Amino acid sequence: MSSKAHSSNSIAHARRTVQQLRIEASIERIKVSKASADLMNYCSEHARIDPLLMGIPTSDNPFKDKKTCTIL
Amino acid sequence: MAAEKAEMDALKKECDGLRTQIEAARKGVNDGNMSSAAGSATDVGRVQLKLRKSLKGHLAKIYSMHWSSDSRSMVSASQDGKLLVWDTHTGNKLVAVPLKSAWVMSVAFAPSGNLVASGGLDNMCTVSNIKAASPKTLRELDAHTGYLSCCRFLSDTEILTASGDTTCCLWDLETGKQKIIFTNHIGDCMSLALSTDENTFVSGACDSLAKLWDLREGTCKQTFSGHTSDINFFPNGNAFVTGSDDCTCKMYDLRSDQEVITYQDASLNAGVTSLTLSNSGRLIFAGYDDFNCHIWDSLKGEKVGVLSGHDNRVSCTGVPADGMGVCTGSWDSFLKLWN
Repeated sequence: MSSKAHSSNSIAHARRTVQQLRIEASIERIKVSKASADLMNYCSEHARIDPLLMGIPTSDNPFKDKKTCTIL
Repeated sequence: MAAEKAEMDALKKECDGLRTQIEAARKGVNDGNMSSAAGSATDVGRVQLKLRKSLKGHLAKIYSMHWSSDSRSMVSASQDGKLLVWDTHTGNKLVAVPLKSAWVMSVAFAPSGNLVASGGLDNMCTVSNIKAASPKTLRELDAHTGYLSCCRFLSDTEILTASGDTTCCLWDLETGKQKIIFTNHIGDCMSLALSTDENTFVSGACDSLAKLWDLREGTCKQTFSGHTSDINFFPNGNAFVTGSDDCTCKMYDLRSDQEVITYQDASLNAGVTSLTLSNSGRLIFAGYDDFNCHIWDSLKGEKVGVLSGHDNRVSCTGVPADGMGVCTGSWDSFLKLWN
């Protein structure tokens, strides 16, 4: 690759990098304390419907092997 | 030459300026981290899940698994050259899909349950119809120039792939062609996760960056630095968690544009291979090289339990849509179901 082509590639790459950084720099950011509070609220609002947190009664457990009853 | 050098210098200066601006903006909203905020959250106590089933059938290391949207079927991929579709309620195998290439790294179930996709060192993503009388290859998506590390269906007509060639790609399954190529990473893409609204996805790569992409525009919206080997969205869609071979997991919030908590423990010296969350997002199940899946309180950053039983590295984890359990897959060739 000629040095001219190489340097124009680098310039194109640098332009793309600047373009991308401009996009990323322009976003609105919220405070971490607010983000944390929202995540906490989501967890507490959905805790009741989280079977792994609440526990699953044996009769409703789809993965538990059903034992058969035998009449002795 | 001088004009080009001047332009390069100006561009480099602008890059540096923008990077400084981004860091300052992040710092400006960093008024505390998650674990201190979570002091008021109720404790989850010790989370003790029992092993309910050990699924035996693969003959070699399991590399990937994915739940069907029905929360009952599940597909696993092993380097024994097969995909197995399981009925997790009975433990029975429903379908075996032989693979052309045994070097599989990722498998996915379509939301419809009709299709599965897999790929790996063959650089291709092969889509198969498992509802046919015997599994039928529908498409071989062949355009990546590096290994396929992850794939996820949007529907029976679109699939997203991540590759060691540093790109992610959205494919049209009707034509078998690439629709959008997502380029911006400078290292192998290792994992991806779709947002529930399917407008965005996050990718993790070996360049230690996680990126948020607009699925329809093809643009990178945000970049997070840290590390990643596996990545998953928090259920509210505003945050995501990553795991890494540096033995830690991290949670990033999209709206604060930064990491909000790190999950690490001095006694854990094994890399994280995979991670998944419970339905409320409160629990993180992370598979490690130490053969265990450790359970973290996502808010307080504390280890609250462990799933022990595998005889080799835990390579994949997944919680089904109904949240009723967690599946771990391992290099020991077994999948285990816990709840």
